[in-house]
Amino acid sequence: MITITHYLVLSAILFTLGVIGVLIRRNAIVIFMCVELMLNAVNLSFVAFAHYLNSMQGQLFVFFTMTVAAAEAAVGLAIIVALFRNKETVNIDDMNIMKW
Amino acid sequence: MINASIMTFNILNILPILVLAGFGMIVLVTDVLSSRKWVNRNILAYISLIGIIIAAVLTRSSTGTTLFSFNESFVTDNYSLFFNFIFLLCAGLTILISHNYIKREDINYGEYYALILFSTIGMMLMASGADLLNIYIGLEVMSISIYILTGFKRSKLISNEASLKYFLLGAFATGFLLYGISLTYGTTGAINLKQIASFIAEKGGMSDPLMVIGMGLLIVGLGFKVASVPFHAWVPDVYEGAPTPVTAFMSVGPKAAGFAAFLRIFLTAFGSSHLEWQKIIYILAILTMTLGNVSALSQTNIKRMLAYSSIAHAGYLLIALVSANDMGVSATLFYVLAYIFMNIGAFAIIIVLSRKGDECIQINDYAGLGFKHPLLAIAMTLFMLSMAGVPPMAGFVGKFYIFSAAIKSGYIGLAIIAVINSVISVYYYLRITVIMYMKEPAREFVPLTISPLMVAAIVISVVGTLQLGIFPSKVMEIAQRSILMMR
Repeated sequence: MITITHYLVLSAILFTLGVIGVLIRRNAIVIFMCVELMLNAVNLSFVAFAHYLNSMQGQLFVFFTMTVAAAEAAVGLAIIVALFRNKETVNIDDMNIMKW
Repeated sequence: MINASIMTFNILNILPILVLAGFGMIVLVTDVLSSRKWVNRNILAYISLIGIIIAAVLTRSSTGTTLFSFNESFVTDNYSLFFNFIFLLCAGLTILISHNYIKREDINYGEYYALILFSTIGMMLMASGADLLNIYIGLEVMSISIYILTGFKRSKLISNEASLKYFLLGAFATGFLLYGISLTYGTTGAINLKQIASFIAEKGGMSDPLMVIGMGLLIVGLGFKVASVPFHAWVPDVYEGAPTPVTAFMSVGPKAAGFAAFLRIFLTAFGSSHLEWQKIIYILAILTMTLGNVSALSQTNIKRMLAYSSIAHAGYLLIALVSANDMGVSATLFYVLAYIFMNIGAFAIIIVLSRKGDECIQINDYAGLGFKHPLLAIAMTLFMLSMAGVPPMAGFVGKFYIFSAAIKSGYIGLAIIAVINSVISVYYYLRITVIMYMKEPAREFVPLTISPLMVAAIVISVVGTLQLGIFPSKVMEIAQRSILMMR
């Protein structure tokens, strides 16, 4: 029997994996993929809650999250491309022209 | 179950937002026409300004009402209208100071104005959101537009880098905010702020640990948007790298919108269990003020200095949130309005003095400005004194109201720390004034080209700063009528 707890634990694990990925990976595109993983982990928890609470609002939220994530992906990849044209790298350790 | 009743679908309530969206589209279409030389590209700024003025008039006309629409997800009350007015003012002033700058820097594309209008729409949605979905959408519309604006000088590496940093960290913070919303929804069964509030009141506080975690994650997500410590790391780099008018815009607009949502969520939805979150915000406020002010002391770049100063101002505004009383809310409204005038004014002066290829943003570049361009120097001094909180400027009155709100709620220690911080900040604000008047010019000031729009922006900022400082009572009265009606 799969309960709400299973879904929530899975979503928490996926979310944590995403956070760890953002913190330790150095490639901007991989970092961005990890952010998407975080958003999708949240989507999973939304759907699980919606099913458990028997309310539609959670599922509605998932649609909006996916739309926003798509818009964010378009903008984010455009920013990375613009950067790559000027610098020929997407390694965030090289993003160091501004320092305190 | 299918609810067959017709929803309250009141288009009139979102009319200012629709008008702005419409004008954003008009700007985009006109831009295409102008690339074929059918119309002059210079009219884009005026089209956007007309849109903003129409939206402001519509906003003004619906004051005094509290209307819920779109299935109670959108609220039109004095609070949201006051904030909408603030966002429109901020967008208007930004367009005034941008017009010459983007022509000079060869980034004169219509998308610039359209994106400013679209991010203003996002801010207005955030201030008027009565459920978490609406606030989330507003936050994203605002943020995505500003990610693009930050990287608008796309051939400049510094702008690309700032944009990437802002984007990655912003998306990261959005993940936390969303997880917070999800946990709040799961534990309370609602995304509507009023329903969350009544659920918590029924349970007699936050019994569920998941709910507390959810609230903490909401603080992380919103704390990032208002640039509070420890979520501030992006601020100096992004402010330095972005085109200067965009820096002016995003140091005011998103911060105000973040606080609008912060106050709305925490005072309505979590209002009954304020003792839990007040402790967290209390510590955040102290850290934010102190770190912002202390780091600003040693900056040599004026954009970075103003970035740290904006972190410090977020700290002062967090005090108003900690107070969690009506006076705190009206003080926030007043302070944000004052901050718009003084901050955009200061950035306007920076833009006037910069030239193509030479940003002129080292503090030492301002040496001798007092002799060469006395009027600009006087205006800059005024803005700096106002930010430092010297009477009779707007910043002083704003700080006075915020600190009194804290004392009224019994946070005397916090008010004392804030006053000490305010004294520290006088050092770095006055340093600019001292350099302007008491040092010999280190460089030549070429004859300035100052456009009528820029003059208008500086005059509006100066008048606003003085008006709010000398005659604050009228605006304060409006702010007091705009306290949250939802409770």
